Amino acid sequence: MDLTLSPSEEGFRDEVATWLRANNPGPEPEGSLDEVMQFRGEWQRKLHAAGWAGISWPKEYGGRGATMIEQAIFTGEAAAQEAPSPANVLGLAMGGPVVIAHGTEAQKARYLEPILTGEEIWCQGFSEPESGSDLASLKTRAVKDGDEWVVTGQKVWTTFAQYAKWCMLVARTDPDAPRHQGLTYFLMDMEQDGVEAKPLVQITGEGEFNEVFINEARIPDENVVGGVGNGWGVAITTLMNERAGLAFGAIAQIHNSLSRLANLAREVREEGGSSVADDAYFRQKIAQLFIEAETMRLNAYRGLTKTMESGIPGPEGSLGKWQWADINQDLTELALEIEGAWATLGRGSEAAVANGAWQYNFLRSRANSIEGGTTDILKNIIAERVLGLPRMR
Amino acid sequence: MYFDLTDEQEAIRSTAHDFLAARFKSERMREIAGSEDGTDEAGWKEMAELGWAGLALPEEWGGQGLGIVDLAVLFEEMGYALAPSPLFSNTVVGLALAGSGSDAQRERWLRPLAEGTARGTQAIVDAGSTATPGAYPMEGQADGDGDGVVLNGKKELVADAAGAAFFLVATSDGRRHIVPADADGVSVAAEISIDTTRRLSTVNFDGVRVPADQTLPGKAAEFQRVFLLGAVALAAESTGVAQRALDMAVAYAKDREQFGRPIGVYQAVSHRCAQMLLETENSRSAVYGAAWAADADPDALPLAASMAKAYASDAGWRVPDASIQVHGGIGFTWEHDLHFFLKRGRANASMYGDARWHREQVAKKVLAPTAA
Repeated sequence: MDLTLSPSEEGFRDEVATWLRANNPGPEPEGSLDEVMQFRGEWQRKLHAAGWAGISWPKEYGGRGATMIEQAIFTGEAAAQEAPSPANVLGLAMGGPVVIAHGTEAQKARYLEPILTGEEIWCQGFSEPESGSDLASLKTRAVKDGDEWVVTGQKVWTTFAQYAKWCMLVARTDPDAPRHQGLTYFLMDMEQDGVEAKPLVQITGEGEFNEVFINEARIPDENVVGGVGNGWGVAITTLMNERAGLAFGAIAQIHNSLSRLANLAREVREEGGSSVADDAYFRQKIAQLFIEAETMRLNAYRGLTKTMESGIPGPEGSLGKWQWADINQDLTELALEIEGAWATLGRGSEAAVANGAWQYNFLRSRANSIEGGTTDILKNIIAERVLGLPRMR
Repeated sequence: MYFDLTDEQEAIRSTAHDFLAARFKSERMREIAGSEDGTDEAGWKEMAELGWAGLALPEEWGGQGLGIVDLAVLFEEMGYALAPSPLFSNTVVGLALAGSGSDAQRERWLRPLAEGTARGTQAIVDAGSTATPGAYPMEGQADGDGDGVVLNGKKELVADAAGAAFFLVATSDGRRHIVPADADGVSVAAEISIDTTRRLSTVNFDGVRVPADQTLPGKAAEFQRVFLLGAVALAAESTGVAQRALDMAVAYAKDREQFGRPIGVYQAVSHRCAQMLLETENSRSAVYGAAWAADADPDALPLAASMAKAYASDAGWRVPDASIQVHGGIGFTWEHDLHFFLKRGRANASMYGDARWHREQVAKKVLAPTAA
């Protein structure tokens, strides 16, 4: 057991930290999503030019060939310094790793480079209006027509669909096969007549994700990833990578939020004039959140050691995703509790505490236990795949 | 960065697991728990032969010279087996003597303790005190005839007093004094512990004379570290308790059928089990993080130990409680072993600083006025 970084890992961390301090473009513009995406695109070009895009990808595919620990160090350091997200976050975290794991040599040559540069943005077409947690019930159909597949159906919760060139699409290619076996994973060109993305407005008033309507869209046969009928297995790789990749950035973000929460507690006064930071009730609650954030970090390191030994992220990654959602939600709930009567004022209000940031975070964090696998479904996965309890179905 | 047990630690774990499973089957555990004074000298002798009495004590004084991570591995298994044993009490006193005793004291008391031939236990908590470091009001009055001190008063919640050869007694000046159990003026009265696998007693000191050479030369700050190591060991034990209660719940949920299906298919049950796993794994991570700090990063120990004890204090009884709920009526019967785990977990939660006290130590860091 050794919980310290090795000298070479420490060197890597120092290099990352120094580079980020010099190059971090600072907070994202508070404008439209178009402006934000433009800003993130520039950031990704800068990251790529300096060799920080695709850190854990093999060198032969344009990555840095770094270890998973180094990837974790970079993600953690970038979040700690509050660097923006790169524009093509889904391509980097999911699309690229899937192409590397399951793609043909031709696909690797075609897709990987523009993912790294951010020249082509990726989105993920898994969920459908009738197929949320029960993903394998999805109905979007792909029918073979010569060298092409013709796709018709509807996808939903598709983040960045309005900016995406490529969609990681799972569609049903064999309606007669058992439902997990009739699925195929495609790379669908979003820039065609048969595809239309319509933004959905969230409870925060913003629109990060979309509905995608697909009407006889065409996908060449060479865009099948992992073979016809193997879509389920390929999709699972995507989701495991998503959950495993999240942890270290998420932990650093939680620590940033905890520092802000501690500052909020110091500033807010109670009846009688004493600080909330001296109130035993709030001290207990803040300490508990800190402890949970630390146990999440330590769990993630234990998971990383395991993954490095076995080579693939395991279902234990679900624990971290679940815990992250819980902590993030508890944290924002506690912030509103500390603000008391002023918790009623949101963004844009002159009298709001911290510009209404906590109100926004409170609302946004409601989705944390839904996006990327609901907490309820993660509990099913843990029960069945980690504890070995009998399957519900 | 490598966060897993080494092969050597894995060997300690499996040896301990197998030995304890064979030695403390339910019937034997119940026999000891139901006995007059709760001791098991034969079991202790076997543990001593395995080198456990001095596992993390220096080889120079008869110990095995291993670290706190190794100790945590052993205590996790002790909790898993719910072994009724004075190992915890004995270990904490050993750590205090190893860290702060004089060589003469180590020769006289630590060596037999590490070899398992004469046990010690701490007597630190005064009646009506908060039972936390810095709150031990018993005063050692100057001995009129000699240069030692005289102790008057009583210490409560003394673990494993039956069979102990000596007590390590705390006084309000932060010092620790060695008092043989058979010294004049010492008397022990057993209390009724909720956890009958670890007995607690009140020890009365009626004009007990402690010669100067029986007071440890160490300072209060050094005993603070021992207190934290004790907290980590108990947190490890509670993690084992939680793991066992989880295993029992999962086995039962697979086996027990209602409405024609094993109850584990129902999410009310399976999600409860998932929650138990989350709490158990969090406890384990926090415990090994703290144990590692004790061995390799001493400045990080206070925060890491408080996080571990705060978390495991809660999980150590909540997980057995959840397991009882999974079991339903049978889990509430005396006949089922689960209540012993609930009681051990709940007793551990209150020893060596409860969750509230340890969370406050964390709050002192997180909410320090100067912190950014």
